[in-house]
Amino acid sequence: MEKRVTFRGWLLPLLLIAPQVVISLVFFFYPAGQAIWQSLFIPDPFGLSSQYVGIGNFEYLFGDRFYLAAFGTTAVFSILVTLCSMIPALFLAVVADRLIKGSGVYRTLLIWPYAVAPAVAGVLWLFMFNTRVGVISWYLGTLGYDWNHVLNGGEAMGLVVVASAWGRISYNFLFFFAALQAVPRSVIEAAAIDGARFWRRFWTIVLPLLSPTTFFLLVVNIVYSFFETFGVIHTITAGGPQQSTTILVYKVFSDGFVGQDLGSSSAQSVVLLFVVGALTIIQFKFIEKRVHY
Amino acid sequence: MASERHGMVEKRGAGLWLSHVIMILGVLVVFFPIWLAFVASTVTQPEIVKPPMPLWPGDQFIENYTKALFSGVNVPVGTMLVNSLVMAIGIAVGKIIISLLSAFAIVYFRFPGKTFFFWMIFLTLMLPVEVRIVPTYEVVAGFGMLNSYSGLIFPLIASATATFLFRQFFLTIPDELAEAARVDGASPMRFFWDIVVPMSRTNVAALFVILFIYGWNQYLWPLLITTDPEMNTIVMGIKQMFPSGDDVAEWPVIMATSILAMIPPVIVVVGMQRLFIRGLVDSEK
Repeated sequence: MEKRVTFRGWLLPLLLIAPQVVISLVFFFYPAGQAIWQSLFIPDPFGLSSQYVGIGNFEYLFGDRFYLAAFGTTAVFSILVTLCSMIPALFLAVVADRLIKGSGVYRTLLIWPYAVAPAVAGVLWLFMFNTRVGVISWYLGTLGYDWNHVLNGGEAMGLVVVASAWGRISYNFLFFFAALQAVPRSVIEAAAIDGARFWRRFWTIVLPLLSPTTFFLLVVNIVYSFFETFGVIHTITAGGPQQSTTILVYKVFSDGFVGQDLGSSSAQSVVLLFVVGALTIIQFKFIEKRVHY
Repeated sequence: MASERHGMVEKRGAGLWLSHVIMILGVLVVFFPIWLAFVASTVTQPEIVKPPMPLWPGDQFIENYTKALFSGVNVPVGTMLVNSLVMAIGIAVGKIIISLLSAFAIVYFRFPGKTFFFWMIFLTLMLPVEVRIVPTYEVVAGFGMLNSYSGLIFPLIASATATFLFRQFFLTIPDELAEAARVDGASPMRFFWDIVVPMSRTNVAALFVILFIYGWNQYLWPLLITTDPEMNTIVMGIKQMFPSGDDVAEWPVIMATSILAMIPPVIVVVGMQRLFIRGLVDSEK
């Protein structure tokens, strides 16, 4: 789309766009280029020289058991986070939508967790399940269940999933609630007159009408669990135990900054670059096509 | 008859009460972690380390918060709050300014390289900090911007989302306005200041709310570039308060810090709810 009326001159627009272009070049394109470049080399341990290895880093990466495991972990983690944040949100939105009064109050209360940073959410959940002082782990103990996410990989995964999904319930609730309010009353009433009960109306009419919102949220939540949950994982488990909660983004960090393995970390950045690219394209495809029933 | 038909759609009586009960339970469950953190920030350390901790606030509110704000663990939380505030406002204001300018250039001018620059900005959508951390860190270190506000702000300031949002909005401004400005001999920048910026007020405010939260909640970036505790932001500083060895964490102070870390974004989100929801919908769709 173009404006019919434009101003003359070429120097002024270049000056106007310059700040954004300069910042993008310095902090986005140059580092991304560096990542691609470094992914083709193996630096020596002293960082004095590096040796060209072509796609060697990538070959190594895809033969690395731990890296492939991180792929699997990321898949499990993002699917669980997406489900655990979307299903309760949809349920609460459906219930709130049935209320004639008071839904605004609930909405105001339910959006609080969205404002809580993932890293802070991590601290809050860590506190509840802490093996020494946690309230919930203590009560689980009295019931005879010995909670220990520091040693048990499955429990660690469960904890980071819940802590990551918690804040997203607010976000998904807002979108589902807005979409539900937009469903035409006449359609619902027509179905009710035809004798369709609430749940039948929900499955056959409301849910299909929500499909654009649902697909949009699916993509957005997967992107969130891939890239924005670093804080949760770093505060609660630091990727452990035995890498059972090391997702791809966490591994770039731990190999690059903790392990100082720059070649591998850069190669991982490049792989992530393709993942983000694919997700962005999917996101745009959905938004353009507006998935319908 | 009419009321009965109505009743089929809008539940009344028992159904309505049940809905309220479900919502209240939902809110309680969602709120529980925050409530527990608040309780922990008002009791003494011995009350916490001997589980189960109380579920009702104690009388140590003033002591714990004073201790957190003015002495903290590594650095006073007051300092971290200031750092977070500078970072969040810097990112929000910076992004809004550069995006307003570049969107104005893209919409209201024809100039060489326009399509190229447009796609270049678009591509930055695909490059979150998390995928380019090591090289970006090297760039910032090269500029000597470690442990500085500029290092915290500039790498996160370029945003394709904000630029697209403003571009979208500028395209809806009636052409007659620009036409009239041109006929009157007003310069482009005058048109920008007198017409475009005032018309964008609501969009700017909505975006500010979203970007403030984005900046405030940053974790990985400040973790990498602020090695000096004096420059820590509150969200990343909480984790630094945990002892590394077998020492017992100072839970009341840590939890008071967690509560302090969520107050500013919660005020922004709840206080400016309408703008927040608008910003959310605008920036995502």
